[in-house]
Amino acid sequence: MYVAVKGGERAIENAHKLLAEERRGDPAVPELTLAQIDQQLAHAVDRVMTEGSLYDRGLAALAIKQARGDLIEAIFLLRAYRTTLPRFGASEPIDTAAMLVRRRISATFKDVPGGQVLGPTFDYTHRLLDFDLEGPTAPPPAEEGEAAPGAMPRVVDVLSRDGLLETDEEPEMSGDDSVGDVTRDPLEFPADRDLRLQVLARGDEGFLLALGYSTQRGYGNNHPFAGEIRLGEVAVEFVPEELGFPVELGEITVTECQMINQFRGSATRPPQFTRGYGLAFGHCERKAMAMALVDRALRARELGEEVTAPAQDEEFVLSHADNVQATGFVEHLKLPHYVDFQAELVMIRAMRAAAEEQAAAAGKAAAE
Amino acid sequence: MSDDTLTLPPREDASTAAAAGAAGRLSGYNFAYLDEQTKRMIRRALLKAIAIPGYQVPFGSREMPLPYGWGTGGIQVTASVIGPDDVLKVIDQGADDTTNAVSIRKFFARTAGVATTERTTEATLIQTRHRIPETPLKEGQILVYQVPIPEPLRWLEPRETETRRMHALAEYGVMQVKLYEDIARYGRIATAYNYPVRVNGRYIMAPSPIPKFDNPKMHRNPAIQLFGAGRERRIYAVPPYTAVESLDFEDHPFAVERWDQACALCGATDSFLDEIVTDDAGGRMFLCSDTDHCAERRRSRGADAQEGTT
Repeated sequence: MYVAVKGGERAIENAHKLLAEERRGDPAVPELTLAQIDQQLAHAVDRVMTEGSLYDRGLAALAIKQARGDLIEAIFLLRAYRTTLPRFGASEPIDTAAMLVRRRISATFKDVPGGQVLGPTFDYTHRLLDFDLEGPTAPPPAEEGEAAPGAMPRVVDVLSRDGLLETDEEPEMSGDDSVGDVTRDPLEFPADRDLRLQVLARGDEGFLLALGYSTQRGYGNNHPFAGEIRLGEVAVEFVPEELGFPVELGEITVTECQMINQFRGSATRPPQFTRGYGLAFGHCERKAMAMALVDRALRARELGEEVTAPAQDEEFVLSHADNVQATGFVEHLKLPHYVDFQAELVMIRAMRAAAEEQAAAAGKAAAE
Repeated sequence: MSDDTLTLPPREDASTAAAAGAAGRLSGYNFAYLDEQTKRMIRRALLKAIAIPGYQVPFGSREMPLPYGWGTGGIQVTASVIGPDDVLKVIDQGADDTTNAVSIRKFFARTAGVATTERTTEATLIQTRHRIPETPLKEGQILVYQVPIPEPLRWLEPRETETRRMHALAEYGVMQVKLYEDIARYGRIATAYNYPVRVNGRYIMAPSPIPKFDNPKMHRNPAIQLFGAGRERRIYAVPPYTAVESLDFEDHPFAVERWDQACALCGATDSFLDEIVTDDAGGRMFLCSDTDHCAERRRSRGADAQEGTT
């Protein structure tokens, strides 16, 4: 009987072997390749890269395979790998105005310079199960249109030129002019926007989605409009110290969301539209939009708005957005707690004994 | 399923290389997993923690290959202070053979290649979850606690900004009120584990979820006591021979739990006992939670018995 507690080492080894076997499943079914995951489960790869904060499709695909499709587990794997990588600097800010756009929509203007580009999207599909996908498919190539000439200016830049929308110049940054890093330094409150955006970018999609949704339902409403959502490739540039000028490291795919929100103005600022910002690796539109809503909600303090709703509460949001932290702590309840439980048992037995004694004494007194 | 899927497309170079790295080539990792920069950062935090006993020092907790809440803080502290000559003991619930203790001990055996032991007296470094060994610690030993929630005031005030201010001003009235309310309602202080302590007469500190039975062992302990909370990114410490008092009132002095039974294996009456349910008819059995202490007592008793017969 006491054996149940013993033999932890062998149990762990056997459990891992069983896991490996179940991961593979029926050997008669062909094994998944990383390329298949990368190509055909691309959104899963995008999410794992975004919340794992590591842009590497191959590693993300590997993590998804190893995690048997459990995306939070895959994110955890990727994070634990990322933490061992040397950090040699911060890139230049990516220029999303120079993006090679594959999708770009604005909900605020019917037409915008560069046009609306629907791109690959689930929007306007009818969510009917497509039974043709059961077997192999060979979709005909999509028709090619004319590429838009030149870069597509960002919708928000058009608006901010008139002063109707706040500009990019954000004075609020952590400490000096260098951008903070939540993976290297402990987060302290109040946190500035660079740190907040980092936490949101790494934050759980479901958590941000629910919080963003709550702002739309009146818990910290800030009247959002989807100013622009764009998806495409941007160059990442880095300035090596010995060179002193930026060199291009490569291209990454990102989804960017600029949310435009109402602002009635304050004592120091005239009424103007304000912004919420969302950015995710790959094609993660839901995440980018939710992030933009929550980013705007978290700017309550900066904009002098009253903090009344969970989504506006910086400590609440930033402390609970990380799904690797959350899942670790929730699941740690599986670990043995029998010492604490024993201590509670001893306590509650003593309290019950005292209560019974009291009741007996009271009964005796009443009888007398 | 079509047979087409059997032809594997070539994998990217980056992912193959990384896959090999991720597949457990531990030679690719630094001694005790963490890089030296990170260790330096953690050691600085530890020095500060030692200098201000009981004060929670924020540190840049790293993402570890073990889950948050499973000892990442303790692991980072251990990784930062462990050397090749150290002898490591890892316990969870007082036992060396509980699954998480096994897992953490293996982690260091793999990444640092250090000697491990189950004997408290042989260990130079002991990482623990939820217990302090029954065998008194000695000078030169380090006890590393895994801490889930480092903030003793957290259940009274959820905001970090607020609790940090309360610590700064030693504004601990709310804790005294909580303990008083316990007495008013239950006739006693109804905290059985993670019982708050005051360190060196200044900071109120969470001793981690050890049973209050273990609290007196912290007081003027000759060993260095280090506390790591990975998820919450805090490190704190109790230097050797530092006063650690459990909060109480004059008319309700602090007291530890006692059992009517003795350990069924070694007969100890002064150790913390685990209750084992032996059947579904109320059968119970009590055993030392500290497996090394229990084994040691049985060993010495066996030796005594042998001496008697010869």
